[in-house]
Amino acid sequence: MTPDTDQQRRGPYPETDAAPLPPRPDATAPDGIRPHGGDAALPDTPPDTLPTGRPAEPPRGTTRPRRHGKGLRRLRGPLGIGIVTLWLSVIVLLPLAALTVAAFDEGLAGFWEAVTAPAALASLWVTVLVSAVVALVNAVVGTLVAWVLVRDEFRGKRFVNAVIDLPFALPTIVASIVLLSLYGPNSPIGVELNATRWGLVVALLFVTLPFVVRSVQPVLIEADHEVEEAAASLGATTWTTFRRIVLPTLAPAILSGTGLAFARAIGEYGSVVLIGGNIPRETQVASQYIQQQIEIDRPLNAAAVSVALLAIAFVTLLLLRVVSSRSQRREERDA
Amino acid sequence: MRRPSIAIAAIAVTATLGLTACAGGGASDSAAAAGTAAADGATTSTINLYAYAVPKVGFDVVIPAFQKTKAGQGVQFQQSYGASGDQSRKVAAGAEADFVNFSVEPDITRLVDAGLVDPNWNANEHKGIPFGSVVTIVVRKGNPKGIKDWDDLLKPGLEVVTPNPFSSGSAKWNLLAPYAAKSNGGVDKAAGLAYVSALVKDHVKVQPKSGREATETFLQGSGDVLLSYENEALFIEKNGDPVEHVTPPTTFKIENPAAVLKGSKNLATATAFNDYLYTPEAQKLLAEAGFRPVDPTVAQEYTSKFPAPTKLWTIADLGGWKTVDSTLFKKDVGDIAKIYDQATQ
Repeated sequence: MTPDTDQQRRGPYPETDAAPLPPRPDATAPDGIRPHGGDAALPDTPPDTLPTGRPAEPPRGTTRPRRHGKGLRRLRGPLGIGIVTLWLSVIVLLPLAALTVAAFDEGLAGFWEAVTAPAALASLWVTVLVSAVVALVNAVVGTLVAWVLVRDEFRGKRFVNAVIDLPFALPTIVASIVLLSLYGPNSPIGVELNATRWGLVVALLFVTLPFVVRSVQPVLIEADHEVEEAAASLGATTWTTFRRIVLPTLAPAILSGTGLAFARAIGEYGSVVLIGGNIPRETQVASQYIQQQIEIDRPLNAAAVSVALLAIAFVTLLLLRVVSSRSQRREERDA
Repeated sequence: MRRPSIAIAAIAVTATLGLTACAGGGASDSAAAAGTAAADGATTSTINLYAYAVPKVGFDVVIPAFQKTKAGQGVQFQQSYGASGDQSRKVAAGAEADFVNFSVEPDITRLVDAGLVDPNWNANEHKGIPFGSVVTIVVRKGNPKGIKDWDDLLKPGLEVVTPNPFSSGSAKWNLLAPYAAKSNGGVDKAAGLAYVSALVKDHVKVQPKSGREATETFLQGSGDVLLSYENEALFIEKNGDPVEHVTPPTTFKIENPAAVLKGSKNLATATAFNDYLYTPEAQKLLAEAGFRPVDPTVAQEYTSKFPAPTKLWTIADLGGWKTVDSTLFKKDVGDIAKIYDQATQ
């Protein structure tokens, strides 16, 4: 329903752009000289690792100077900006504008009435509540999973690593059926979660699993092990080392992964449609409410709640950017 | 490069396994499966069929039989099933349909008003209704709550599953049945509305969009009682689900209309198919599938399968669909619409 989630569905990997690149080991060198020519170069530097945590091959073409194709060089100028603007407008901005116009079809009062209808408010509340729980659980467990995958060696690690992406590969409705067969009525393990909020939580945890893991993993691979060892040799306990050394490094990545998981969760439809039960005021999430309003021929209500959902997603992503750019600045200052 | 390919292969294999394992469990209202393959060499034409959610079981037997007739040779079917009102609005909005079958007449009237269906669509001897049913009460196996009649549904704490009347035709029939029973066929309107109000406010918690979805919700464990078509009840009982149905002594006659779109590219075949539904052969197949036949001779043969309730109200008793829809179901105006909106907002 929101452009943010749609954008996520396009590619299996969360955009890492929201999180600053991890502080490079050499950036913390005592002399404080940045080998790559300062801040400006940082975002342009190709990441050293793929999000899956494997060392990347040098990207083809970017290192080789291009001599042919004047057009390509011109792309960097106004033409490039023009294309980007046009693309964003056609794909994202214009449809959003059209939706907003539809939501205000009967003026501000009509919009307000549609959004504050008790069933609409309840669905928004359920959505935000469940998504927040899911995001928090992801922040903790996702970091743990990333830690284990990077720092521990065990048999079948590669398999586990591949399984992490499975929720992205599965159509979400399939996730719903999978969960229903395990947690539905006549559950083989005796846990019946269908038509409860816990059912929603489980379904959303399933589809948002990769976000935090895949954001934290590359940062963890990059993180300098020696700093931790130094801290330990200076007498820091494991907990202190984690809190003072590891966590600050991982924080932006965790935050970005958590935010994306939250944004994805509030727009999720397929995975909750069967296990959620769609009970108004209890387990009906906003996307289901929107769908229902369309089916009963009330497009205005659907558009209004969509706009509300959109606003929530937008504010989340905006906050995320503000916080992560602030923490990036702090990192740089500290360095 | 070996490692990535192994990982990707692992993902692909697991995903495929997951998909195949789940392929059988898909719950779908709009199965767009085409009919059987055309006979070689025969001229092919495709009928786009838009229907309400539950008659799929009927068309699943009638379509192959039609394809064996002379008129139906080589005719393909593209079928779409869903909530009656929703389907009707889709066709009105431009979905390409040749033949439509809805739960309630107003959904066809919408297409007449839109200029898509001939105003004389219901001119035949059965008034455009090829089959019907009655409203029935589906309960869990053994009837643990002891449901026998409409009043039993108002027992404290009892949860009733019935779809949303703004999208579903089934929902309209389900609410009309107790309304007619309590209001003595619309005479005591207040009594009828009082019952509907008590039912919707205190006992209806979920709002599935169609009769089919209501059934799925009920079978997944929600609610104590499901209001539905008799044919749907017979269908799920036949499937072996742990339910049974109780037809109250006073209930409502369901009449499901069908029509051909006048702008259809396959007008001749679509009309032939529509006519075929009224033949004794098709009527028998429909009866076998659980739908009450309209052909009197065929109906006579199936009296034991379809027992006549003590009192069966009809839409004509309430003044016809035009009156019923505008006074009871019209959005923001109709009495039942207002009750439902108030209870669910």
